[in-house]
Amino acid sequence: MNTGVFVLLATLLVVAALGVVLARSPIRSALSLVVALFFLAVFFLLLDAQLIAALQVIVYAGAIMVLFLFVIMLLNLQEHPAEMARAGLRFLAGTLASLFLLATIYFTNRSGISNAQGMGAIPDGFDSTAQIAERLFTQHLFAFELTSLLLLVAIISAVVLAKKKLA
Amino acid sequence: MGLEILIAAVKALTVILMVLSLAGVLGWVERKGSALIQDRIGANRASIFGFAGAGLVNTMMADPLKFLTKEDVIPTGVDKLLHTLAPCVNLFPVIVAFAAVPFGDTVEIAGRTIQLQAVQLNVGVLFVLAMASLGVYGVVLGGWASNNRFSLLGGIRGSAQMISYELGMGLSVVVVVMTFGTLDLQEIVRAQGHMIGGILPGWGVFYQPVAFVLFFIAGIAETKRVPFDLPEGESELVSGYFTEYSGIKYLMFFMTDFAEIAVISALVSTFFFGGWQVPFLGDDGFHFGSTSMALPKLIVVLLQLASFMVKVLFFCWFQIMVRWTMPRLRYDQLMRFGWKGMLPVSLLNLVVTAVVIVAFQEWRV
Repeated sequence: MNTGVFVLLATLLVVAALGVVLARSPIRSALSLVVALFFLAVFFLLLDAQLIAALQVIVYAGAIMVLFLFVIMLLNLQEHPAEMARAGLRFLAGTLASLFLLATIYFTNRSGISNAQGMGAIPDGFDSTAQIAERLFTQHLFAFELTSLLLLVAIISAVVLAKKKLA
Repeated sequence: MGLEILIAAVKALTVILMVLSLAGVLGWVERKGSALIQDRIGANRASIFGFAGAGLVNTMMADPLKFLTKEDVIPTGVDKLLHTLAPCVNLFPVIVAFAAVPFGDTVEIAGRTIQLQAVQLNVGVLFVLAMASLGVYGVVLGGWASNNRFSLLGGIRGSAQMISYELGMGLSVVVVVMTFGTLDLQEIVRAQGHMIGGILPGWGVFYQPVAFVLFFIAGIAETKRVPFDLPEGESELVSGYFTEYSGIKYLMFFMTDFAEIAVISALVSTFFFGGWQVPFLGDDGFHFGSTSMALPKLIVVLLQLASFMVKVLFFCWFQIMVRWTMPRLRYDQLMRFGWKGMLPVSLLNLVVTAVVIVAFQEWRV
């Protein structure tokens, strides 16, 4: 990846991510998250991972965030200055975020992935849908089935909850 | 390096011009089509210096000029940034989606092989679906950022509808992917080049007729036109999510509508009607059984381009005819049709296809 392109994209990504935290209106905040996820997908594209980039856009930007926006619109959430000012909550959130950042930096350092190493040759069959599918249905079959079971349970509970409200 | 960028730029420009000019032409075709069905003459008032004869050209020039010179009204009490952003967000994914659609085979110019496709993606199918799923944002934003109850209702209706019909669309595309065994749109088109039993073109529609019907219905629902035009619903919601737009921004919503028709037509042709394939036409000319007719490569490429355009235009025309002949669904009918009609049928189609492919490996294209 070209350094200039990387710096430009990274800046845009960080700006969008800051927008999520700093925007006062919930809808702007949610949209900033969409933009951030979109730039993340562009990073995957530049790393030759077209499949992951497409999935990133479909799942996060296309499905999950639409649901977020939908909820914000339906509940017609406005700015809540009173809650924003709650100092204890802000402190807690800030501390957790900083800890997370530090942990990420620590583990990245420890794992020994350096820039020179990370830009190595792409292994054969990388990002091929067939290979990912094969891994998913052989090595990780148990986890895969467990996840689908979890989703099924979630769907059924959603239906049950909705029916209860109607009755 | 410089040449590569130039080629990419030319291809990107071709695609953008193709979509936008198609959208302009369709604006006129829609009026003429509606006039035809309603037994009027229609769309013959645009005259340039008293010359009203060239209907298409006149309308194509008069429409944008009219919109460009109108006042751009931003209602009070709205989020100005989001209000302006909405039409752009609406138009962007539609044009970008077209970039993955192959409009011809490869051509060789000065020893260089050029794919007639703006971007060659291994996961073209997923890319197109991703862009379709981004289309919701323009609708949601337009509805929310207008500070208008009708707009908000239109936006909510639109997003619910698009999410619901994306499922049927995605599942019918999955079936196509299973049949041809690839996610690359160019490869899907190439796989449709053979003839079934020497007479029938090997197009997707003959392998997956159910998927074609499902995809086309879902596609019309995604364009939010009659019979699925609840988000706009003129008789209920004024104009739905773009009620509060005027001037150039209205034109952008308007163009998205027609660009979506073009993209759906292009995708239907690619998945189910062989894209740029011409029946009996091989790389070097026509082959009818034992007799064959040799053609120069240039003619073959031109024929393929023409074939793609003819298919796209046919499905555009078909969608316009559907719009002017169908009554609008009620909202509950729309939802019931999407979730209890389309979804089970497409799931069943998926299962049947999977069983057939596993049972008869040799059937696989």
